[in-house]
Amino acid sequence: MASEFRLPALGADMDEGTIVQWNVAPGSVVKRGDVVAVVETDKGAIDVEIFQDGVIREIVVQPGTKVPVGAVLALLEGAEMPAATGARLKISPAARKRASELGIDMATLQGSGPGGVITLEDVEHAHPAPQPTAHPANTGASSDASSTASMREAIAAAMSRSKREIPHYYLSTTVDVTPATEWLAAHNAAAPVAERLLFAALLVKAIALTCVELPGFSGFYRDGRFEASPAVHVGVAVALRGGGLVAPAIMETAGKSLTALMDDFRALVMRARAGRLRASELAAPTIILTSLGESSVDAVFPIIQPPQVAIVGAGEIVTRPWVVDGAVQPRQVVTLSLGADHRVTDGRLGAQFLARVAQRLADAGSL
Amino acid sequence: MNQEQLAARVLELVTGIAPDVEAASVIPGIDFRDQFDFDSMDTLNFAIALHRELGVEVPETDYSQLASLDKCVAYLTQHVS
Repeated sequence: MASEFRLPALGADMDEGTIVQWNVAPGSVVKRGDVVAVVETDKGAIDVEIFQDGVIREIVVQPGTKVPVGAVLALLEGAEMPAATGARLKISPAARKRASELGIDMATLQGSGPGGVITLEDVEHAHPAPQPTAHPANTGASSDASSTASMREAIAAAMSRSKREIPHYYLSTTVDVTPATEWLAAHNAAAPVAERLLFAALLVKAIALTCVELPGFSGFYRDGRFEASPAVHVGVAVALRGGGLVAPAIMETAGKSLTALMDDFRALVMRARAGRLRASELAAPTIILTSLGESSVDAVFPIIQPPQVAIVGAGEIVTRPWVVDGAVQPRQVVTLSLGADHRVTDGRLGAQFLARVAQRLADAGSL
Repeated sequence: MNQEQLAARVLELVTGIAPDVEAASVIPGIDFRDQFDFDSMDTLNFAIALHRELGVEVPETDYSQLASLDKCVAYLTQHVS
């Protein structure tokens, strides 16, 4: 039985992509996770992985063609069909209603909900659905100016949606991170250069562990309800030198050692800047860390990236007079902030979240 | 390696870890940070590349001496055997 390989959504702010290159041809044997195509998007060129094992039967979309998210890119044989076309459509009632209102053919939608259920968000995503248009083969390397402009548009769309739909609440706390920076300096002085860590890696791990402990911060708000994510994938906001930013995920963050996490983090930033992220890394974040530690700002008031429900910000680590045991001392402090979705959590739990992150940083050696 | 070769090699490593930086546009006397927002992640990747490619292990406390192309050449001239 054949199944369809479709262009996956890469988060809230991408609705189309141009196929630049196929790494497979009819007859190629593919395994789940193989990078089968390169797609040019608002976020640069993205490596797109296939989600099932099988044999490529047909390439449907040729390089140079721009297609909407959900478009069938290729057909596969010998693959398990997640939801056979013609079988009962898995779609939520709200999504079904909205699709009818918008006149969208529900069979063309790809479900991103649990078990492939089509959610309201999938429907909204498909509207207005750009028609597949064949463009003259454009090697995919759009000019810097136009790709920066389209990334700006994508960020604008996602952030406007966030501010329109998500009732944010904001909290911040300034934390004495002297023990963490001292631990880090000692670790980095002793470790081989390839195993040195950045403060941001400690923060990512502390956030991930706190997400495991406290529900309501890591997951997605879809279809009028919050779905906690079983795995925590912390996304890291990476500023691009040409302007714009992307926030790919460090996968399965909570279970990684600091060294493994740092390896992934380093590779991710390099690939983000080279424009070679994988589709799964862009779609995966369940919460994001945005660190402006090198931009000389004290604090960030971060905007949630829908459909996520929380984002953590970190300012610059600075030396400040601080009261320790009744005496003023110079200490290294950082202001952590949390932007969270009031539909899911309240300030009290949010405050607990930041406090737990701070406690974990105080004992960096156990991260 | 003379200074010129060293500078060329360093430039190669910088653009290797920061593929979005054009080698021809790098001004030797200006800090990488001020020219193209080199951050702590870039610096760490650069230190790893220096160790891998040139066998120099730069301690974290010396990172400030790698801030520009000129400074790198001066530092490495002393430390590359």
